[in-house]
Amino acid sequence: MATTEHENDSRVAPATHRRRRGRGRIATTISVIGELLITAGLVLGLFVVYSLWWTNVIADRQAQKEGDQVRRHWAQQQAGGGPPGPLDTADGIGFLHVPAMGRNFEVLVKKGTSVDVLNEGVAGYYTDPVKSAMPWAKTGNVTLAAHRDGHGAKFHNIDKIKDGDAIVFETRDTWYVYKVYDILSQTSKYNVHVIDQIPKESGKTGPGRYITLTTCTPVFTSEYRYIVWGELVRTQKVDSKRTPPAELG
Amino acid sequence: MYGWIWRHLPGNVWVKAVVSLLLVLAIVFVLFQWVFPWAEPLLPFNDVTVNGGGSAG
Repeated sequence: MATTEHENDSRVAPATHRRRRGRGRIATTISVIGELLITAGLVLGLFVVYSLWWTNVIADRQAQKEGDQVRRHWAQQQAGGGPPGPLDTADGIGFLHVPAMGRNFEVLVKKGTSVDVLNEGVAGYYTDPVKSAMPWAKTGNVTLAAHRDGHGAKFHNIDKIKDGDAIVFETRDTWYVYKVYDILSQTSKYNVHVIDQIPKESGKTGPGRYITLTTCTPVFTSEYRYIVWGELVRTQKVDSKRTPPAELG
Repeated sequence: MYGWIWRHLPGNVWVKAVVSLLLVLAIVFVLFQWVFPWAEPLLPFNDVTVNGGGSAG
């Protein structure tokens, strides 16, 4: 076999050479395409790593820093004594605590729901399309959004919240304790009525003090929105040691 | 393609290995720092707000 091939080789050398070179070019092209496909696969894999892990690292670091800054600010104002000045809302208006989403679940709440704000690993209150109320307003709906996955994934466990669970909003001077009364596990992103000041879809017909949490669902996609509604039960003044209310115990 | 790069890297096998590793790290850095942050808002994985249209948030 080997000898025959060899003989053939030497006899028809030019033709074989040409054919082999042609095949070589095709083989090279295919192998380059193959390598590009492998590269594309690796890049997509890296993108998953980036969005599910790295953005969390970055956002958690940033949120921690900003949260600390807000708390330091509050402490300074308290130490300053005298009547509390106007609330500084630029850095954030307070913290949201939801025991159902984890024992020490706490997220800073800042103004706006733009990508830039939410990517800092915080929850944002809506300014558009329907303006959110502030927790201290006489009536209104406090409407918040945060990421389900990546960028801190603060509302990842929103599906763990059940009817009757507590949602606590902490500001400099007051704990606002809400109780969940309705959950909408799937709705269109165009359904902006869920964040109305009187959220009719949750069954409320008159003005009250509500809170609405929104995020995307199912996990890892933005197909639909997940909505949780709560109603204010009571408020508790923050004492000098910032003792958390019983609901957070 | 990778074979071509490998052949054109300078030095012996060890130098080539180190240079390749640095190249890979540089590419990963560029992807994480600039390419992915740019691409992410264009993909429909992370819209969490309700809004009349668009994809802010």
